Amino acid sequence: MSFPTVRALVLRYLYLYTRTPVRIVELVFWPLVHLLVWGYLTRFLQQNVGDDFPHEITFLIGAVILWDILFRAQQGVAIFFLEDVWSRNLLNIFAAPVTNADYLGSTYAVGMMRASVTSVMLGGLSVLFYSFNIFQLSWALIPFVFNLLIFGWALGMISTALIVRWGPAAETLAWAVPFFIQPFAAVYYPVDYLPTVLQWIAKALPCSYVFEGMRGILTDGVVNWKELGIATILNFCYLGLAGLLFVRVMLKGREKGLLTKFASQ
Amino acid sequence: MKPNILKVRDLTKHFGNVTSVDGVSFDIFRGEVLGLLGANGAGKTTAINMVLGIVTPTGGRIEVFGKELMANRIEVLRQMNFCSTYTQLPGNLRIWQNLKVFGQIYRVPNLNSRIDEVLEMLEISHLKKRVSGELSAGEGTRLNLCKALLNRPRLLLLDEPTASLDPDIADKVRGVVKRIRDEEGTTILYTSHNMRDVEEVCDRVVFMHKGKVLFTGTSEETLHHFEEESLEEVFIRVARGGDIESNRETEEATK
Repeated sequence: MSFPTVRALVLRYLYLYTRTPVRIVELVFWPLVHLLVWGYLTRFLQQNVGDDFPHEITFLIGAVILWDILFRAQQGVAIFFLEDVWSRNLLNIFAAPVTNADYLGSTYAVGMMRASVTSVMLGGLSVLFYSFNIFQLSWALIPFVFNLLIFGWALGMISTALIVRWGPAAETLAWAVPFFIQPFAAVYYPVDYLPTVLQWIAKALPCSYVFEGMRGILTDGVVNWKELGIATILNFCYLGLAGLLFVRVMLKGREKGLLTKFASQ
Repeated sequence: MKPNILKVRDLTKHFGNVTSVDGVSFDIFRGEVLGLLGANGAGKTTAINMVLGIVTPTGGRIEVFGKELMANRIEVLRQMNFCSTYTQLPGNLRIWQNLKVFGQIYRVPNLNSRIDEVLEMLEISHLKKRVSGELSAGEGTRLNLCKALLNRPRLLLLDEPTASLDPDIADKVRGVVKRIRDEEGTTILYTSHNMRDVEEVCDRVVFMHKGKVLFTGTSEETLHHFEEESLEEVFIRVARGGDIESNRETEEATK
């Protein structure tokens, strides 16, 4: 991976954001809507369902913030590619001295920046509106964020690979792929509430350990480091497999002329 | 003899059952402008995309600067560049921003002054702060050319660079092509459907038809070979498939 090339590709993305403020709205608007909906639902449940209702219901707000980290990291990779398709710039990039590693490195960086912007904003607003402080997760927040970023990048590479394989008609996958896994990811409810078969799927998804871990801290104040370790191992497996898929599809794309087809759309 | 910059041998590309490029061979020597000509579907753009490494050949060999392309792709691409009528630079960015990004990708030294230089060369310095998406087709093509010239490429691939230009701007672009060849010794592979471009700019031409090379030579040799008075007439005759078999036999004999 070449740092100057990664920096140049990231610079292009930053220019894009400074040139089109409406894209910043996209970074802010949807996360804010989710925070407001889930935040007020949490407050409603706390105030109206009675004293038996568990205090840890605030995990819904934490779940919104953490899910958004995963989603923005995935979007950073997938939308980065689509930006080049939409602007008919794809051939300029792939005919330039840019390796797959440079390209992916820049998408990771952009994903991390997108996730940072929204998580800082949501973290601040959740303290302000709901007195929910994400930093009560303490040091566990670091591996949580780390694992969600990695899984987001892996999903982003899978989304991009599918778009390259199936063409521009499949570009909605850039938004859909994270939501394919959301029902099994235990974002808003514990894994135990899923049917047994789906529990196995949940346990194969690294992000489910993060959301379970967050609920564990809010309920008992205990961090399950063993499960976080499992999540990290799983994540590196996903990242490796997604990377292999991406490289394989790019090779196939060059073989079948798929990249040039994107350029002539 | 001048060094060989691009060496293409038996280049073949199949897309499923369709053969797009069929055993194409040609060379370009340093400082030469080679015109790659043929009707739509002749295989020119596919051949160029293979030279850029965007499309993997089914068979054959491409050597650039004496090195096998795919094994040395990044090193080779850093010394090449291209401009195609089928690509654009991101329309949301200002001209200088687009050039800065690609200048950094190609590791251009003294980037800011080089950006000013290429903008001046293509006579669009006054548009430097304009948003790329607001440019006319002709200005957009000249911006693409600026991107292609940024890194002072040793090998430049121009795919129909004058396709959307009015005669005045097209003439200026041809002037730039000749200037960089003469002053910087840039080697250029040039495709065009405009035979005036070809006659004015190209030292030699390669005529392609249905993925195969029909003839390679200077403009004069081409006219003599096809017994026509202009490249335009040769082009039309080739596009309509005239005398292709006999020409192929002639070429075999030439080899």
